Amino acid sequence: MKPAAYDLTLATSLPDAVAALGAHEGAKAVSGGCSLGPMLNLRLARPSLLVDLRRVEALRALKRSDTHLEIGAGWTHGEIEDGVVPDVTAGLMARVAHGIAYRAVRNRGTIGGSLAHADPAADWVSTMAVLDARLVITGAGGTRLSRLGDFMIAAYTTSLADDEILSAVQVPVLSATARAGYHKVCRKTGEFAQAIGAVVLDREAGLARVVCGAIEAPPVVLEATSAALLKGEPVERVADEEVEAALAGHPASFRAMHRAAVARALNEVGA
Amino acid sequence: MSGDAQMSGDAQMSADNPTHPAAKGEGIGARVRRKEDARHLMGRGRFVGDIRMPGLADVAFLRSPVAHARILSVAKPQGHEDVVFAAEDAPGVGAIVTRSTLPTYKLSAYPPLAKDKVRFVGEIVAMAYAPTRAEAEDLCEAVAFDYEELPAIVDCDSGRAAGAALVHEAWGDNLFLQTSFDSGGVDEVARTAPIRVEKRFRTARQCMHPMEGKGVLAYWDFQANQLVVHTSTQVPHMIRTGLSETLNLPQAQIRIAPPDVGGGFGYKCLLQPEEVLVAWLALTLKRPFRWIEDRREHLTAGANAREHEYVITAYADERGKLLALDAEVCVNVGAYSVWPFSACLEAAQAGGNLPGPYIWPQYRCKTYSVATNKPPFAPYRGVARPGVCFAMELTIDAIAAAVGREAADVRMENLVPASAMPYTNITKKYYDSGDYQASLATAREMIALDAVRVRQQTGEVDGRLIGVGFSTYTEQSAHGTKVFASWGTPLVPGYEQATIRLNPDGSADVKAGIHTIGQGLETTLAQVASEILTLPVSKIRVVLGDTAATPFSTGAYASRGIVMAGGAVSKAAEKLAERVRLLAAHLMQCAPEEIRFENGAVEGRNASLTLEEVARAWYLTPEVLPDGVETGGLEVTEGYKPDVDTGLFSYATHAAVVAVDPATGATEILDYVVVEDCGRMVNPMIVEGQAYGGVAQGIGSALFEESTYDAQGQPLASTLIDYLLPGPTELPKVRISHTETLSPFSAHGIKGVGEGGAIAPAGALVNAINDALKGFGATVNEIPATPERVLDAIAAARSAA
Repeated sequence: MKPAAYDLTLATSLPDAVAALGAHEGAKAVSGGCSLGPMLNLRLARPSLLVDLRRVEALRALKRSDTHLEIGAGWTHGEIEDGVVPDVTAGLMARVAHGIAYRAVRNRGTIGGSLAHADPAADWVSTMAVLDARLVITGAGGTRLSRLGDFMIAAYTTSLADDEILSAVQVPVLSATARAGYHKVCRKTGEFAQAIGAVVLDREAGLARVVCGAIEAPPVVLEATSAALLKGEPVERVADEEVEAALAGHPASFRAMHRAAVARALNEVGA
Repeated sequence: MSGDAQMSGDAQMSADNPTHPAAKGEGIGARVRRKEDARHLMGRGRFVGDIRMPGLADVAFLRSPVAHARILSVAKPQGHEDVVFAAEDAPGVGAIVTRSTLPTYKLSAYPPLAKDKVRFVGEIVAMAYAPTRAEAEDLCEAVAFDYEELPAIVDCDSGRAAGAALVHEAWGDNLFLQTSFDSGGVDEVARTAPIRVEKRFRTARQCMHPMEGKGVLAYWDFQANQLVVHTSTQVPHMIRTGLSETLNLPQAQIRIAPPDVGGGFGYKCLLQPEEVLVAWLALTLKRPFRWIEDRREHLTAGANAREHEYVITAYADERGKLLALDAEVCVNVGAYSVWPFSACLEAAQAGGNLPGPYIWPQYRCKTYSVATNKPPFAPYRGVARPGVCFAMELTIDAIAAAVGREAADVRMENLVPASAMPYTNITKKYYDSGDYQASLATAREMIALDAVRVRQQTGEVDGRLIGVGFSTYTEQSAHGTKVFASWGTPLVPGYEQATIRLNPDGSADVKAGIHTIGQGLETTLAQVASEILTLPVSKIRVVLGDTAATPFSTGAYASRGIVMAGGAVSKAAEKLAERVRLLAAHLMQCAPEEIRFENGAVEGRNASLTLEEVARAWYLTPEVLPDGVETGGLEVTEGYKPDVDTGLFSYATHAAVVAVDPATGATEILDYVVVEDCGRMVNPMIVEGQAYGGVAQGIGSALFEESTYDAQGQPLASTLIDYLLPGPTELPKVRISHTETLSPFSAHGIKGVGEGGAIAPAGALVNAINDALKGFGATVNEIPATPERVLDAIAAARSAA
């Protein structure tokens, strides 16, 4: 199939892009196009106007503070995988990027585009949740910050207004001794995850977070498991119970895969 | 036969062993590199989508969004009435009707543009053309299709239920065909047999997914006064016949000129509605049109293969010796009967082939071909046998489990032994030659069964479970006149023809009406000619498929290409060689029977001539020839079929070792071996390619591919995110071993090999999975064996325990 007709604007600045999105009903921002492209071809997405963000310099910014690294939304999975974007997450982001789809997708797809698309099975969704990152959202009135859990309302649904752009992510700088675990269950190499377990353990910073993702909804933070992990208590049973409770109503095989993904991610941090 | 069987042991080869010991030059048995690969590797192949013509218009189809509905109206967009077509706009297009003489078979009329009713999601309701595909799709979107939905028949059970909605009202039920076979003694065995095993198996509906989808481009050639159709097809001459019937146009006015074809697998051995409609546009409007199938169209309208259900009761003695098989097979064949192979082929093949390579003293089988609101069934690589083999191989393992023996031992004791060859099995299949037990023994050795059993005892550090499985099958290849005549299909294959011509420069042209679809016939047919004429393959040009340039052939299907076209080329080359001998005998002043072919030359008693010198005499310097010379010239067409045309039976054993993760249900293939025998191999490298590709497709069936539907008949796997194909990282390194048991009935002892690789993987892999799960007492009985099904099987076994 071929896309229905649409107009195209090549935005060169964030204000331009925001203005274009605000001025046209049915306008949609596009970056790498890895998700939107197929949806256009299938005519599932039918924007009146595409606002191409790839020439917007501001989306390629990198800002480091003592506590955070702000990564512009236009950086690609491949650049994160290759270390062009410096890592502050105990290697988690580079490793996650390496496991996204296959290299052709990683060469084009951007972290911002993936998050704005809000596919529950996408890796950055669970990764931003486990890192407790802040998403930087730019609109006509300036910028606002949002946690993943507030940003992503449901599968493929976010709090982005029609004239807002996800412009960057602020990821916390983890301690040198921090450890991260990430396990996804996939049918085949490069496929979207059937289940994701993600863990960050930073004892120096007093931080532990365990996330269960790819659940057809925004990922859940397993609070009790996280607390047990921080205290150094056994986590296996509590994790199983928490996943079971979070996924009540899903088929047994679905719950089993998520239990396994979380258990294996926990195992990676020595829990 | 016995001499050949003896030879087979010595001729055993592996992929490391470069060339058959008996191969000479580039003839039969040589590992010649494929002639067609250079252009494909350089991106210079020419497929339908590569063809450009001035004024070429793109065609798009409006397809039914519902599975079953009465058509109320199809309203074309205002101002575009002349470029949009519904059924009433194309009165010259006849329905596709496929006859068969099988008893109980019911005819369906398959109108290329839907009339009165739509019967599956994806059926064509209207078509539009425009300068680009996007604009043509815009036009289709603007068509107002009004319909009244009817209850959809999605599975066999609901199709056979009393009071079911009718896919074809006039029938009174939803059965295309019922067959039954009964050897007569099953009930008696049932009363006394010590072992009785009952199993139910299911195989998912699938798409075939050739790398190149379907495509067709048609135009009117005013100079030739012909409709020219460049279509991606396996069966160009049959398409000519089919278009002639549906468009009511003399065959002389139709030329089918297929370009490169990127895989067929059965998807392209049919007359497709799109082919008829694009040809009709070109014929009617006298300008070029094309349609290129996209993946979404293929995944929905093209989901047309493999969906079977089996209910099996097997009887055996305490050692697992097979006594009787009682089976019911339901095939969910979709809405229409395809042309020319009909809706019957699948069930006829299933019922006939279910006993497989085993000795079953008694056999009873009923088959039901159920019409449903899904795309019409087409014969996918292996045709019924992948399902049949899966059901039979799991049954053998279930019997072995019931008697507490190693499945490979039970399998071995029940295979038809070499000493019984040729063997007529319970369904009257005539197994021409082979040593099935030897293939199993070799596979057992290669997969190191004993070592796997030891490894299973020690367990895996990562908690995964190891399993090993086997699958042995026969592949009826090149079945011809008798078989198809018994089904009474519209076209019955007879003598395959080929033309061979020696050119003035001593090169040769081989022309055959079969088509090259990736199976290497440009190379292997040249090798067959080289075997006889001793010319290098590079000097033998092979022209295939074009109906204007080649003799009639029913085409490439049923693993028949190298047997039939190879046999025809061989026979034509022999005849040409006789003609060359006559001319050369005169030129060299010796007797024709003294002349031998060697290195592209003919050698007489005291002299030799190159083939170029002989050809020059005939074409360019005829003054050197005497009066009264044989005037047939250096161009010969011959027809060929094997001495026995009920099929030549290739066979193989596949064996697999898998690791199953009981926490996630994931299966990894650790090792995979194929021990195959397809008679004389014309090019072992191409045989191995067929095995690799077939195994890949079989792994797709076994573990990944499934066209899922909801209760309303909506396809749920309409993108490649939902329909998983195995990729390079999911495929194992397949280890292949060959033996060569020549067929006593075919030229050079060749048997077909195109389908076999795809037949066995599901049996071997799911047996291996079930072997891994035996500690749980869990069995998977359905393919694909997805992680969910593996986890469900474990959970079911745990709750039953």
